[in-house]
Formats: sequence, structure tokens, C-alpha cells
Amino acid sequence: MIRNILGFLLIFCSIALNAQENQGPNMADTFRNDGKIYVVISVISIIFFSIVLFLIYLERKIKRLEDKLKDH
Amino acid sequence: MKHLYKIISVLIIFYTLVWGLLNPVPRLDILNETIRNVYYHVPIWFAMLFMMSISLIYSIKALSTNKLTDDFKGYNAAVVGFFFSIPGLLTGSVWAKFTWTTWWTFQDPKLNGVAISILIYLAYFILRFSIIDELKRARISAVYNVFAFVMMNVFIMILPRLTDSLHPGNGGNPAFAKYDLDSNMRMVFYPAVIGWLLFSFWLFQIKNRISFLNNKLDD
Repeated sequence: MIRNILGFLLIFCSIALNAQENQGPNMADTFRNDGKIYVVISVISIIFFSIVLFLIYLERKIKRLEDKLKDH
Repeated sequence: MKHLYKIISVLIIFYTLVWGLLNPVPRLDILNETIRNVYYHVPIWFAMLFMMSISLIYSIKALSTNKLTDDFKGYNAAVVGFFFSIPGLLTGSVWAKFTWTTWWTFQDPKLNGVAISILIYLAYFILRFSIIDELKRARISAVYNVFAFVMMNVFIMILPRLTDSLHPGNGGNPAFAKYDLDSNMRMVFYPAVIGWLLFSFWLFQIKNRISFLNNKLDD
């Protein structure tokens, strides 16, 4: 009996503690726990790397023009 | 080896994009998750200041050497810096909407200072386009550029610190260090600054090569 009551108390305490933790400023905790943040990161990365690839393409094009002018 | 700094900058920025969204940040009211904007909004402004400093150096150099290449480099750096100020303004505006509840506030001297600085640099570009003679253009615009850089620093670095400002580290507000002191944030913020400075330098080099090609074709 006493063991049961103690168990209940412990569960209650843990719930109360949890509630207190959640009272802080809102952060995207569940968002990150769900793992869906990786989708956002991959979208951002794709955009960033496509910009970088475009820059590299531009550089190669400029290089070709520079070589062309050198030959003249 | 000459591509090394580009690779480093891309890797660093990629790291800040990934870890900037995942790392733990201080839990603060109102700011909430938007504190992560520090990794993206602030380095872009630093890149802008970096480019304007390069522009100043080349303008002074152009005045002493009278070389047109220095003049063009100074102009190119200003163009790249100007290019960075636009996303800087837009990201700041979005951030302000969700934390200061408005897109733009005239209460903040930093916002007004940035707006004025952008106009000053627009005037620099117009001044350049209005002078046809190359040597004349180089000298006049270099002198104006020195003035523009000084005015920009007065408007965005000095005046906001003298009066009240919503920006951290200005006026009566707590310093930047309050948000930045968190060692987790430092791990992303400092690399982000280095990454974006290198990235802006890459854009500057591309712009330079295009203008050299242009000059050669004109000869």
C-alpha cells in the first residue's frame, strides 16, 4: 500500500517537474524532436549549394573568356 | 590553392546553416527561436562593412597611384557591399516584425542610419555614372568614397551608440555580448562571420575579373 502511494507521489512529482520545465519561453522543441527540422536544413542547403554551383559556373565562364583574350 | 578560401567559406557557411538551426540556444522571451538570426543577419552586415572598407582602401590607393585598376576595384567592392546591404535590410525588417512588432521603426537610429548610408552609396554610384572622363571619374569618386565611408560609420556605428536604440549593444541596451556570451552561440556566430567575409571576397573577385575583361575589350 505504502509502496503504491509512494509510486503515485513520484509520478506526480515528475509530472509537476515537467510542467515547470515547459513554462519557460516557447522554443521549437517539439519541432526539433520530431526530426522535421532536417527537412528545413536540407532545403536551405540545396538553395545554398545551387548558388555556389552557379558561382563556380560563372567563374569557369570568366576563365574561358580570359583565356580567349590572352590568345588574341 | 587560390580556390582554397572559397572552399573554406562554403564549408563554413554550410556548417553554420546546419548547426545554426540545431544547436541549443539561450531561452529568452520575445526572441524565442529568432535568436538564431544572429548567425545569418549579423554576418551579412559584417560582410557589407568589410567590403566598404576594401572599397575605401582601394579608393585611397587610386588617389595615390592614379591607376584605373584600383579605381575599378574600389567601385566593385562598393557594389558587392551594396549587394549585401539589401538582404541585410530585408532580414532585419522581417526579424523586427516578429520581435519589435513592426517592419520599420523610426525610433531606432541604426535603421535610419543604414537607410541614409545606402542613399549615400547610391549617390556614389550615380556620381560615377555621371562622369565620362575616366581619370576624372576615378579621382572625384575616390574622394567621395572616403567621405561616404566616414559618414556610414558615423551613421551606423557612432550615432546609434549615443542615443537609445533597439539594437543590442547600442544606446542603453545590453551589449551584444549578452546574447553572444553563450558559448554554444559563439561556436556558430564567429565562424559565420568568417565564412561570410570570405564569401563576399569571392564575389568581389568575380566582379573584378568581369570588369578587367570589360576594360580589355574596350582597349
